[in-house]
Amino acid sequence: MPAAAPPIAIERLVKIYKTIPAVDGISFTLAPGSVTGLLGGNGAGKTTTIATILGLTIPTSGRVTVLGAEMPRQRYRVLHRMNFESPYVAMPMRLTIRQNLTVFGMLYGVPDLARRIVELGEQLDLTDLLDRPTGKLSDGQKTRVALAKSLINSPELLLLDEPTASLDPDTADWVRGRLESYRRERNATVLIASHNMAEVERLCDRVIIMKRGRIEDDDTPAKLLARYGRYTLEEVFLDVARGRGIEREAAQ
Amino acid sequence: MSGRTEGAFAYSPRRAGAMMLRYWYLLRSSWPRLADLIYWPTVQMITWGFLQYYIMQNAGFFARAGGTFIGAVLLWDILFRGQLGFSISFMEEMWARNIGNLMMSPLRPFEFISALMVMSVVRLSIGLVPVTILAVAFFGFNLYGLGFALVAFFINLMLTSWAVGIFVSGLVLRNGLGAENLAWSIMFLFMPLTCVYYPVTTLPAWLQPVSWLLPPTYVFEGMRALLIDKVFRGDLMLHALALNAVFFAAGVVAFLKLLQSARRHGALMQSGE
Repeated sequence: MPAAAPPIAIERLVKIYKTIPAVDGISFTLAPGSVTGLLGGNGAGKTTTIATILGLTIPTSGRVTVLGAEMPRQRYRVLHRMNFESPYVAMPMRLTIRQNLTVFGMLYGVPDLARRIVELGEQLDLTDLLDRPTGKLSDGQKTRVALAKSLINSPELLLLDEPTASLDPDTADWVRGRLESYRRERNATVLIASHNMAEVERLCDRVIIMKRGRIEDDDTPAKLLARYGRYTLEEVFLDVARGRGIEREAAQ
Repeated sequence: MSGRTEGAFAYSPRRAGAMMLRYWYLLRSSWPRLADLIYWPTVQMITWGFLQYYIMQNAGFFARAGGTFIGAVLLWDILFRGQLGFSISFMEEMWARNIGNLMMSPLRPFEFISALMVMSVVRLSIGLVPVTILAVAFFGFNLYGLGFALVAFFINLMLTSWAVGIFVSGLVLRNGLGAENLAWSIMFLFMPLTCVYYPVTTLPAWLQPVSWLLPPTYVFEGMRALLIDKVFRGDLMLHALALNAVFFAAGVVAFLKLLQSARRHGALMQSGE
């Protein structure tokens, strides 16, 4: 019996916009049920990598396989098994939460949709807000709605782009807790692009650090801390961003 | 790297229905959107109606050609509002920064397009049905009195409006909201060339072949033949239908190419200018 395809397998991915390489020959594979953090400064290539995984961008060269389907050519085989959440992609503001979730639930072919919406309302503390227009919610509530949209189809593969950006620490902590339970309950694979190192340390069992379209480092948080001789991932990130990582390794 | 996308031509009524529901929720939630659908067609019809009323009292030809102006205004509105209804529904996704959510969902391009086509008819009906009733009340012009001819006119005008709407949506998808103005203005390019208010023979000889390349020209000529000469020109409608098939296919192909180009240029994750 052939082994199940990895949730994400990227081989020598290159994406060039006009003459500028946004992603420059990266390769990585995610294991089922893993939570991986994709770190990098602005313009490091995180969003382009995620967009390519979602089939929104066509690679210049290389190969991206998601749940066994080659992206973007075979995307319709697997789009119903994955989902995405980002504060930078909005939900229609005039529609109520229930209306938005109904529309996306229908798009993703969710069975017994009314029950699923009630279930998500309870899980994400949105029950009392379900019939309120999305545009009239606070930032924290909107993030929970975006999370509900990303979980509407109970995805096997969940992609998150800065899921707790602009949230207060309490709400951010709550969102991280929900993501942890979802991953555990569904054994879902999660890829998180984030600038928040505390978030990555708490949620991720693997960290990929990108810089100028390339992978600078890729390991478990513990091994990265040990290798760079640092106490926090933020310090590791700064070492990589400022090109100090190699010097430190050489000195040690 | 690109190749043919597998399953792109599959069609799910549930997914198309989801998009129609999304636009229906939006229309229901906003009375200014509803009022806007009725406001301009009413203003246009009343203005042109009074003009025709004035001319009819002073010119023998126009007395015979009763209803050509109001008829032209109403048919033009089908063409213009049909395209606008399609394009505005599409741009709602751009304004809402929701296009990325849709493009990463299992929604297929043809499901999206068909939902936009249905919504353009819904929006047009909300705007135009009250106006046609007002035309009877104010000027005694009954558009529905055109009978079967109206069906032929309507089908042809809607097909053109969808073809143009699909093309414009592709441009906005590829170029962002910087191309939004095209949605409002592109149909006005058709106005002088399709001879909405005057016969094709009014145009200079060199421009007439260009006019006959546009499907609405046949509809407006057909309307004048019906109202002035009391003759239904089926041949004109068939010509229009054949040209519309070409226009519609070209619109869909252009949309798919522009969507592919948007994927290549990473435009789907952004929806600004």
